[in-house]
Amino acid sequence: MTQEPLLRMEHIGKEYFGNRVLADVNLTLQRGEILGLVGENGAGKTTLMKILFGMPVIKETGGYEGKMYLDGKEVNFDSPFDALDGGIGMVHQEFSLIPGFSTTENIMLNREFTCYSPLVELFGERLQTLNRPAMRQRAAKAIDTLGVRVDPDMLIQEMPVGHRQFTEIAREIDRESTKLLVLDEPTAVLTESEAAILVKALRKLADSGIAIIFISHRLQEILDLCDKILVLRDGMVIKEAPTKGTEIRQIASWMVGRTVEDKKQDDAVRVCLEPILRVDHLWVDMPGETVRDVSFDVCRGEIFGIGGLAGQGKLGIANGIMGLFAAGGAVTWKGKALKLNDPHGALEAGMAFVSEDRRGVGLLLDEPIDWNIAFTAMQVQGRCLKSLLGGLIQWRDDVAMASLAQEYIDALGIKCVSSRQRAVELSGGNQQKVCLAKAFAVGPELLFVAEPTRGIDVGAKKLVLDTIRETNRHKGTTVVMISSELEELRSICDRIAIVDEGRLAGMLSATASVEDFGLLMLGAGKGPEVAAGVR
Amino acid sequence: MKNKSFKDILISNAVPIIFLVLSAAAIPLSGFTTSYLIQEMVTRMGRNCFLVLSLLIPIAAGMGLNFGMVLGAMGGQIAIILVTDWNIVGMQGLLLAAMISTPISLALGWLTGEILNRAKGREMVTSFMLGFFMNGVYQFIVLYGFGMVIPVENHAMLLSRGFGIRNAINLQGVRQVLDKFLMVDIGPIHVPMAAFIVIALFCLFILWFNRTKLGQDMRAVGQDMAVAKSAGIAVDRTRIIAIIISTVLAGYGQIIFLQNIGTMNTYNAHEQAGIFAIASLLIGGATVSRATITNVFVGVMLFHLMFVVSPMAGKTLMGQAQLGEYFRVFVSYGIIALALVLHALRRRMDKERERQSLRGGDAPAPANGH
Repeated sequence: MTQEPLLRMEHIGKEYFGNRVLADVNLTLQRGEILGLVGENGAGKTTLMKILFGMPVIKETGGYEGKMYLDGKEVNFDSPFDALDGGIGMVHQEFSLIPGFSTTENIMLNREFTCYSPLVELFGERLQTLNRPAMRQRAAKAIDTLGVRVDPDMLIQEMPVGHRQFTEIAREIDRESTKLLVLDEPTAVLTESEAAILVKALRKLADSGIAIIFISHRLQEILDLCDKILVLRDGMVIKEAPTKGTEIRQIASWMVGRTVEDKKQDDAVRVCLEPILRVDHLWVDMPGETVRDVSFDVCRGEIFGIGGLAGQGKLGIANGIMGLFAAGGAVTWKGKALKLNDPHGALEAGMAFVSEDRRGVGLLLDEPIDWNIAFTAMQVQGRCLKSLLGGLIQWRDDVAMASLAQEYIDALGIKCVSSRQRAVELSGGNQQKVCLAKAFAVGPELLFVAEPTRGIDVGAKKLVLDTIRETNRHKGTTVVMISSELEELRSICDRIAIVDEGRLAGMLSATASVEDFGLLMLGAGKGPEVAAGVR
Repeated sequence: MKNKSFKDILISNAVPIIFLVLSAAAIPLSGFTTSYLIQEMVTRMGRNCFLVLSLLIPIAAGMGLNFGMVLGAMGGQIAIILVTDWNIVGMQGLLLAAMISTPISLALGWLTGEILNRAKGREMVTSFMLGFFMNGVYQFIVLYGFGMVIPVENHAMLLSRGFGIRNAINLQGVRQVLDKFLMVDIGPIHVPMAAFIVIALFCLFILWFNRTKLGQDMRAVGQDMAVAKSAGIAVDRTRIIAIIISTVLAGYGQIIFLQNIGTMNTYNAHEQAGIFAIASLLIGGATVSRATITNVFVGVMLFHLMFVVSPMAGKTLMGQAQLGEYFRVFVSYGIIALALVLHALRRRMDKERERQSLRGGDAPAPANGH
């Protein structure tokens, strides 16, 4: 094609506070073309779309490098509203619809047709009355363009999720100027049949000349729908290829295929002795990390890894079992049913949790290190307390607390002035060690560790992981580690379960190939060979 | 949605039904004649509906029950004090009072709106506290300003010390001006037709307003501020307009209320106006997030029916009318608390229902059983 492309992005780069998230990304898109944008979490997809859409966060953090051309003209949007005017529509992952409004009202939101009324002269435009028949007609036309059946008069709150997604897309295409539509994980909430209808509808849209950028981690859909794919990894374009002739396996390896680091240090084959924790049909209502139906066993003495992309529910599992978010299903701990929704009970039963929310749940930021380390042990087991009057009055034993804290400061090498230093003053890595110490102080039989290396530097990462392995090997603590970083899981875990859309996608030994993990994470590998590991 | 079960209807109308049952039991005990009760209801509807209607718009805009209407009532009262002092009587006096109250309520409404925009999600308690604070300002103006800074000609209205307005003032000039303007007798019942026409106009205004772009924007803001904002609706401005409309209309409502009563309890009338209006609306079956014109009429009627019959019923039952008096206050505050609890319960039930859909299809039935 010699024609000027609809969208051209050249040498796009972006740094957040000295942290490079995008480097030299080039992208061209023709009218009516559908581009599949794929990459792991943190690969830079979202940032790229934020730049395109003129999100204020980009400007606030120092703008971006490179140039964007829309229809051959250089553009630089100041706000999402400018981008909308420029003809770019965006359908977000979470719905931006008004629940009590009908399909029509939502499609026409803030672009309603109105009739003149004399009061306008006195009080301004907003006192015009709505022209509902015209609005309904217009909405019906937009729905028609999509080629789906959605009732224009139905309230959003009463319709199935799929129809909400269609409503949202209809709203974007209803703008006459829309030339480019960005869809961020539009099928994540849809059933398979709904997703199929959506794919068909998007194809129809593209045929009418609208270009589409489609972000999804369901690779089969990408192959079915897109004309070409762009694979991002660590902020760089790894591959740009036409979908024709490309296979899912190839895409998966492009996405996750970083050079595999050194293997596990001790490779002694560990045999599963007995299940210590049994999870049956667990569901957890944790916002953004919903767990729908998860069942697995954890063996005594193993390090069990849970991986998967962000927002798929892996964090919800630990938070649900520990009682921090509403949960249901059955959890059996050492042969006895564990009461859910009861954090104290879970701690008393001999479990401990190092939360992914280090500064919120993990630490009492304004309190000293010794308080932090002794806190759970004191609350749950009554340690570091002095009793008076036969236990009628109890108070803090500061000496015992200080010595307990000192023990862990030495053992974990926490860098601090003294055990009285406030937790907020420590670096991220040292804060994480305090969190670990707090969990160790309870003397748990089972330790949940969620995202233990998030936001800490490389050196500290290794120390934290070594500490976890040490505890497992020498104290016999069973560990369930949850992490977004596959390499990290593979380096210390025995078995790794991958969670996708709130369900277990599969379970693999840590020695399985990166490609297999990649396929599971992308929900594409539900073959018999991997399902064998799941109960 | 089409075929609501009988149980659903009962649950969603629990409050009005309880009141209907209570009233039905109390009416025979009170010994009032039917025509007396009808006359009372007609008079009281004419007196109160306007005030209660002024609450509807902020509810649609998602700002909950606007205790800020107390501020509007203050505006109406200051206007009526001035008009009484200037001795402007009849319809002119009433219209002038409305004209004076408009800018005062407008300013107070704008203030309330600005403050509530800084307290999103906590509008009710904030406006309640704001009412207490502005009560101090009002008292300062009325107790010290009048006669000191604002000249008062009519010395009968002043406290004996020479400044400050008396506790109770006689609104001779505007007493029942609106009611008597067009009094129609239907059988033995006197119907203040003019007041009802004003109320009908207000209802038409609300119906029309709901169909305007502004009304549509308010409903959008009320349901989801973030979505409305991302669609380009000026959220803060819309909310301020909602509160201003409510406050200004509450000022008119208070003027209509006072002309019917004919005397004014200078330092308490506005507070009672707020509490009684909100209680009436809730008794009519409204919730914190949803209220209709029907709720207003049903609520005002049930609330005042209770108001009228309970002292006499109390006297017959217990031998003392005070019990009924006590019952009124208890009911007003109790019903507000009850409505808030019901609202919270319903939200929790909705959340629980949403959770059902999270579970995998083959989840075991008991949550923790094994």
